[in-house]
Amino acid sequence: MYNEPGVFMTFEEKSEELTANVISLGFDLDKLVKNKKLRLDYVHIDRSAIEETGEYDLDGLFIRLEHAIDSIGAKRVVLDTIENLFAGLTNEAVIRTELRRLFQWLKEKGITAIVTAEKGQGSLTRHGLEEYVSDCVIVLDHRIINQISTRRLRIIKYRGSIHGTNEYPFLIDEEGITVFPVTSLKLDKNVSTKRVSTGIPSLDKMFGGKGFFRGSSILLSGSAGTGKTTIASLFANEACLRKEKCLFFAFEESPQQITRNMRSIGLDLDPHVKKGLLEFHSFRPGLYGLEMHLARMYKIVRQFKPQTVVLDPITNLATVGLLAEVNSMLLRFVDFMQSEGITLMMTALNSGTTEHIDENVSSLVDTWILVRDLESAGERNRAIYIMKSRGMKHSNQVREFVITSNGVELIDVYRDSSGILVGSAREARNKQDIAFAKKNERQRLIAKQNHK
Amino acid sequence: MLKEEKKWELRLYIAGRTPKSVAALTNLEKYCETHLKGQYKIEVIDLLVQPQLAEGDQIFAIPTLVRKVPEPIRKIIGDLSNEEKVLVGLNIRPLKQQS
Repeated sequence: MYNEPGVFMTFEEKSEELTANVISLGFDLDKLVKNKKLRLDYVHIDRSAIEETGEYDLDGLFIRLEHAIDSIGAKRVVLDTIENLFAGLTNEAVIRTELRRLFQWLKEKGITAIVTAEKGQGSLTRHGLEEYVSDCVIVLDHRIINQISTRRLRIIKYRGSIHGTNEYPFLIDEEGITVFPVTSLKLDKNVSTKRVSTGIPSLDKMFGGKGFFRGSSILLSGSAGTGKTTIASLFANEACLRKEKCLFFAFEESPQQITRNMRSIGLDLDPHVKKGLLEFHSFRPGLYGLEMHLARMYKIVRQFKPQTVVLDPITNLATVGLLAEVNSMLLRFVDFMQSEGITLMMTALNSGTTEHIDENVSSLVDTWILVRDLESAGERNRAIYIMKSRGMKHSNQVREFVITSNGVELIDVYRDSSGILVGSAREARNKQDIAFAKKNERQRLIAKQNHK
Repeated sequence: MLKEEKKWELRLYIAGRTPKSVAALTNLEKYCETHLKGQYKIEVIDLLVQPQLAEGDQIFAIPTLVRKVPEPIRKIIGDLSNEEKVLVGLNIRPLKQQS
């Protein structure tokens, strides 16, 4: 239908209905018809108005089809749904032989035909004929896993070509149909040696003072309330300050929530949103299946063309699919991000209940930052450290991570022979030290005066 | 309703002079002569000559007999070899019984 004119012969929907229905997919059939690119033909078979007697064949249908084909020089033909022929006519043997003849004839004419048929029980088509006569069989189905359905497509046969035999998820939306290969096999992406700041100067320092590699993927994991979203927001903010586009996929909070919450640490994301540098996409993971999510994310990314993408948090996706599926989805997404040279930051909640999704993903990512709770002396403090960061020098130290109304700071923890001190213990120790230093100073001064 | 006012307009769709088509036409003419003498009109359309007409009457099988008048439109497909079925299909027998 795109460059080759086609005939759409429908047995189910009237031409007008079909036109109306596919507008939602972004096809303007009326225009195609006008431009002589398409011809719609509605074949109406009304069982009640037809009486059969004696021998007959489907030449009428053929002639109609031929006429339609010849009138626009069609190269493609769609017959939808052929089952209705069987429903309308009683003489199945005739239809079978006629269909076989039809396929033969279409082939001789060099026409690509798509014939749709309903799936029968146990067999691919209800009448068990079409799959033998045709050169390529594609099966579509709908599968529901954990109450979420995914449309899948499988090529069963395709004569004379190598084809993927797997099931591929696909998607129907306002832009038509999209199919996603389940895995990308090759690992041959261009990598960048440029660095981007994390948005937190003291965190940059932990990465040799420069931050992440551009186009790398970063996993940020931590337990609840450790400031994952905060770090992610700062990172997004930093990208926007560099006048780069950033996409923020939020699976937990709405954009308003995030901007409000970030204001509390002195970070205002609103101007970036208004300037069109930052775009939030919030949706509940349960809204669609994983594939749909992936597809949507692909699409949004393609449209927005960001340099930075944030996923917050990926663990919520685990509520939608099985762990293996989530992994495969993330793998594809990380892959996609890398091939597009987009810096990706994902946050993950690790509380032990989500089967450690972060550990599964960690092998995919280039940098893994862990934010952890440290509980000591009746206080809960945050500590941050870098688990891994490929291809760069990074600090091995644990830093205390403090969220204040002015942003985020990393403070060197107090290390002494007994371990590390954080929070008020560190402050107390600092005060002690300062007092101690002052005392020393005073003593030094006194000693100096005495000496005089 | 007076049966004299009834006009039977029948249209037979064929595709070339195939044995089936010829059989259908002969059968049809025979039935009409017997049951509807003087009240019918048969139009034969060869789709090989006029393929564009197939869409209008929703023709998919050949041969197809279409009863245009009286309404509603009825279709009979096949070579019309079964006289009873054709007459029932065209609603002819009841009229015959009335007269």
